[in-house]
Amino acid sequence: MITRRRLLLGTAGTAGALLVGYALWPDDRLARADRLAAGPDERFLATWIKIGRDDTVTVLIPHCDMGTGMATALAQMAAEELDADWNRVRAETAPADSEFANGALVEGFLCETENLTLNSIPTFLRGAAADASGTIARYMYVQTTGGSSAVRMTGVYGIRIAAAAAREMLVEAAAARLDAPRDSFHTAMSRVLHASGRSFGFGELAVEAANYHPSEHPVLKARSQYTLVGSSLSRFDIPAKVNGATAYGIDASPPNVLYAAIRIAPVSGGKLRSIDEAAATGLRGVRRLVRLDDALVVVADRFWRARKALDGLAPKFDAGPGAEVSSIGLRQTQIAALDSDRVKSDRTVGRGAAALGGHVVERLYHVPYLAHAPLEPVNATVLYRSQRALEVWAGSQDALGARAFCAKVAGIHMSDVVFHQQPSGGAFGRRLPDQWNFLEYAVRTATAVPDVPIKLIFTREEDIQHDYYRPSVTSRFRGALGAGGAPLAWVNDYTTLDGADDEAHILYEVPHQAYGAVKVTSPMPTGAWRSVESSWHGFFVESFIDELANEARRDPLEYRRLLLGHKPRHLAVLNLAAAQAGWGAPLEAGCGRGIALVECFGTVVAQVAEVEVMGTSSPPRVRRITCAADCGMVVNPDGFRAQLQGGIVFGLSAALYGAITVERGAVVQRNFPDYPVIRLADCPDIDVHIIESDSIIGGAGEVGVPAVAPALVNAIFAATGTRLRELPVVSGVIARG
Amino acid sequence: MGFTVNVNGTAHALEVEDDAPLLWVLRDELRLTGTKFGCGVGSCGACTVHVNGAAVRSCQIPVSAVSGQSITTIEGLGAGTLTEVQRAWVEHQVPQCGYCQSGMIMAVSALLARNAAPTDEELAAAVTNICRCGTYPRIRAAVRALAKRAGSPA
Repeated sequence: MITRRRLLLGTAGTAGALLVGYALWPDDRLARADRLAAGPDERFLATWIKIGRDDTVTVLIPHCDMGTGMATALAQMAAEELDADWNRVRAETAPADSEFANGALVEGFLCETENLTLNSIPTFLRGAAADASGTIARYMYVQTTGGSSAVRMTGVYGIRIAAAAAREMLVEAAAARLDAPRDSFHTAMSRVLHASGRSFGFGELAVEAANYHPSEHPVLKARSQYTLVGSSLSRFDIPAKVNGATAYGIDASPPNVLYAAIRIAPVSGGKLRSIDEAAATGLRGVRRLVRLDDALVVVADRFWRARKALDGLAPKFDAGPGAEVSSIGLRQTQIAALDSDRVKSDRTVGRGAAALGGHVVERLYHVPYLAHAPLEPVNATVLYRSQRALEVWAGSQDALGARAFCAKVAGIHMSDVVFHQQPSGGAFGRRLPDQWNFLEYAVRTATAVPDVPIKLIFTREEDIQHDYYRPSVTSRFRGALGAGGAPLAWVNDYTTLDGADDEAHILYEVPHQAYGAVKVTSPMPTGAWRSVESSWHGFFVESFIDELANEARRDPLEYRRLLLGHKPRHLAVLNLAAAQAGWGAPLEAGCGRGIALVECFGTVVAQVAEVEVMGTSSPPRVRRITCAADCGMVVNPDGFRAQLQGGIVFGLSAALYGAITVERGAVVQRNFPDYPVIRLADCPDIDVHIIESDSIIGGAGEVGVPAVAPALVNAIFAATGTRLRELPVVSGVIARG
Repeated sequence: MGFTVNVNGTAHALEVEDDAPLLWVLRDELRLTGTKFGCGVGSCGACTVHVNGAAVRSCQIPVSAVSGQSITTIEGLGAGTLTEVQRAWVEHQVPQCGYCQSGMIMAVSALLARNAAPTDEELAAAVTNICRCGTYPRIRAAVRALAKRAGSPA
């Protein structure tokens, strides 16, 4: 057993001590960091913090900028502990180097769990860059951006500690200069000030300060002392995003770059069979055709030429072993699996399913595959030098892992790979490890065409058809109502690709609960998609509780309240969303409100959707979403609100329209016209209300997603009496009740 | 064959095919990478530029169709300084990943040039660009603020 408190105090034995020390470097590593990422007038004082002679504090961000604003939030946390002048604080992307691996991220996830096992670490953190040494150390070897973890893990367990240690080193340097006790100094506005009135800028102390050992237990500020954390400071990255200056992966332009377009076998596992050879000659600008096992790549001097040539070459593929797969078949297989004796019990509370009896309600829910569809199609620019070295430019949700991955694909050593982490035009999981087909194809193309940089861009069609999809899942519930209509028993079996999901476990007080998972695999590639398991269990659980409320003839809000007496934090969030939404106030005919409550990555979120259903042929109009959220402490309230708004729109796109369907092994959808997403015309007004509490800090990037879909279908039910149990809404039949 | 395109006030002579899409000419020939590729079918609007002041989806425009006409990209919008729309985008902290925002700003700027105070409905009808990060509420707030400013007496 290892508790958060013990870990933070560093008294948890070997693992704990190692973890606590992770935010701080021994001297030799500081020197290496200086060589890697410090200019002539800068010095690293601790992991991720360097200070220049001109007092500039630069925070190195071991994450991918995909627009969540975390670089600014992390810099706020650093500046707060340092007492830095915010006008002289900057953020930089950390190099894809092991010196900047983000052990604090792993430490944070370990702190979340009482039972320290390797399985405590989420899959996406399991060391894409590391050798299979089977120890916790390998999991330290990451720069992952995922799990809504930047602020609550990297910030809390890494950067603020590093900054506090750096501040103490600056004070030590000043104390040595004046030969005065450390406690006669204080810090403010990037200066160390002595009681006598003498003071030094951070910049003039940095070189001396770097000679001191960072404390493993620097004194952190109390929350009541914060002045920068908790402020809506403007994001660093925004000015370069309004004038076209930000260079994303797709904009990387090394000299003499060539462009590549790819056509991948439509069915997973299919092989390239033939091309139209007659079309292969005399193509302007075309430099090479690269025939891979399962794909054809055209390399040309311009992207449009590569793409046009590819169309003319009309590559044909074998159907492949996955040709029998279909969405309809998968759904039937999932239902059969739920009916089988293969369902593995995950968790039982009270008497579990044995308590089912009396008024039993049984319901089945289903969600489809979903694509990520970040607006920047996946791409990578790769230069393979024939003396066996790689240089790669791409946006990746784990730069260090991507560097190791590219090395592996090219069959060279990681030390011979330079990976330039680029800002990402969205990601939502698509650029995480295990979703790197774009890196793999780009490296394979580059090794076939050495000594010239090749920029491989997936067209939107390839991006949609060769994604790693949010899994399609079926979930079955049985609920028994007790006296007064409150649920007595809650029994939930669902399909899964691997193990059981904690996200299925309910927040509500129900005396008897049972959960079971049944594994149903498919050749379809799948991967993490913004909010991961919560994206489906949130919909299932919050739909079924609404159905039980209806069976009990109770108001859905009132019903939830009754079952949350033991969870005041959740109750407060629910009540705030309801109050702000005007829950209970009369609405016109054909309109309705729905509510949902989900805890995701440590943040409690409630949403009320207000919809207007015009008829059976058009999708309902979502007029307004009211959201309340408690993430404990908020570092940048405006940034947090932006993430919740964005998560809600992302979730609403999926709930209303999102479906990837598979027929004969191939994805049917191709582009935005048949994989629609929300636009201005169908985007509701969204209000986000924040509750700050003493709870452990929660995530922001993903937490807005899960509650939208259930709030929406619950609102449609309130408006029409029709209950939609499958997403997306547009595929359901909506009739006025 | 040869074309002359006039981009951000500069004439460029190009030797490209008639059907070369304006988007890729801007990006790959002229290295103006602020204009983005998002869908290639004229659906998402990430490639929006101005041709003679009107917002168009440059992935759907063959270069032969705009020879000699006046093209403005995000790089040329403010002529060295930020426009009111761009300033409003900073003020309202609109962008997240930012990838769609060149196109958004071009589309909104073209709308505001002909209708300085659009309603929400007029905005939604004119600006059909996709933002996957979901910045629409802030886009709407920024345009409402600009419209209000335009509507109030100086």
